[in-house]
Amino acid sequence: MPGMFIDVEVDASVAADAELVGKLVEVCPVSIFARSEGGGLEIVEENLDECTLCDLCIQAAPEGVRVIKLYEQG
Amino acid sequence: MRFYEYESKELFARHGLPLGKRGIATSRDEARARAREIGAPVVLKSQVLSGGRMKAGAVKFADTPDEAAALFDEIMPIVVNGQTARSVLVEEKSPISQEYYVAVTWDGRRKLPVLVFSDMGGIDIEQVAEKYPDHMSQTHVSTILPFTPRLAKEAIGATGVSGSALNRLTPIVSTLVEIFLAYDLTLAEINPLVRLENGRFAVLDGHIDMEAEAREKHTALLEDLGIEPEETRQARPPSEFEIAGARVDAADHRGVAGNVVEFDGDLGLVIGAGGGSLTLFDAVLKQGGRPANYCEIGGNPSVKKTCELTKLVLGKPGVEKIAVMMNVVSNTRVDIVARGVIKGCVESGRDPASTIAIFRIPGSWEEEGFKILERHRVEYCDRSVSMYEAAGRAVAKTRAQT
Repeated sequence: MPGMFIDVEVDASVAADAELVGKLVEVCPVSIFARSEGGGLEIVEENLDECTLCDLCIQAAPEGVRVIKLYEQG
Repeated sequence: MRFYEYESKELFARHGLPLGKRGIATSRDEARARAREIGAPVVLKSQVLSGGRMKAGAVKFADTPDEAAALFDEIMPIVVNGQTARSVLVEEKSPISQEYYVAVTWDGRRKLPVLVFSDMGGIDIEQVAEKYPDHMSQTHVSTILPFTPRLAKEAIGATGVSGSALNRLTPIVSTLVEIFLAYDLTLAEINPLVRLENGRFAVLDGHIDMEAEAREKHTALLEDLGIEPEETRQARPPSEFEIAGARVDAADHRGVAGNVVEFDGDLGLVIGAGGGSLTLFDAVLKQGGRPANYCEIGGNPSVKKTCELTKLVLGKPGVEKIAVMMNVVSNTRVDIVARGVIKGCVESGRDPASTIAIFRIPGSWEEEGFKILERHRVEYCDRSVSMYEAAGRAVAKTRAQT
């Protein structure tokens, strides 16, 4: 189930980068990111709404991760 | 957390209070053996966490060990205020010449312990206070300065007790106050405390309630008494709703969203923060509302935890609206709680705008929280609206729906 309040978009290039995937999994305090069985990036949808807006994921991959506040969307 | 009578007496005995010979029986054979050891006649008392045993027929007298065995079988199945007996206390029967009442409890208005003494024990102390006020004294006790026997003596003497009885009662009453303070109790009561026909004094019945939050300070005592950590020891067994509330809290380590107590009102409460739960519950009552529950949220609970608590409260029959209110929060985040309660409404099939009567949580991340609430058209207010006023708004909306 997608988030009701928060969505996260990750560029394909980041999702395919094993090192960046590892960083995202490590830094997120609420486990929104996980490593898939194939070694790629998996978004854990049930945790999206737990996002604390800490921006650690954005700091880990500034060019390839976007945190979207759905309640600010038109 | 309530103690059984036999546990209360064990604690009293450790502090030297005078008690009769006694023993616990969990079978008819044990009841017979205890009566033989003590020496009949004996009294058999159902061990339940409730008053009203005598009225329910759960206190009986036996003249022989065989009669004690037979009465054990009669007493054990008796339900007293919804509670069945854990065991039966067998105690020597004492010929009494005078009954007294002594208790220490908390005076919420004065925020101090209060020692209550009466020379008319054995009956409801409320009746004594109403009909025979000269036979009851109330003495507030400092939690900082030591309690001295002189204070006990004054409390007893104020009811007209003098002479030898005054001297004999003073150490008993002093010790009860010391027990109350030493073990973080909310009630230490002896009723009756008696003078026997032979002149001795004895504790015939006693009750102890310990502050639940103090359990961890007294684990050694509780272990000694055989009180298991999972025993809640409330005056009544927890309801399904309350058990579900405890599950919500236990399922997620993040923050607190539990300590749920069920009431029969129609306004669901999601409340907390630094004593805010009690204040807000009282505010709802004072505003004429009927709370469906008490709960405590704090410590920055997760969205999931808040959502699950909200769903639980909304799942209670008759609850159409909830009030989400806290004191000013610092570590708990307004936006996280807002997400949780809105999600709980949606997952319950309710419209957050009409279900959340008021959202009054000012503090950390409130700007973000208010954006979420506006998006979902939920009425909210900041700290310029008092908790009392917010409770009033919620109650007014609940009344309007009926």
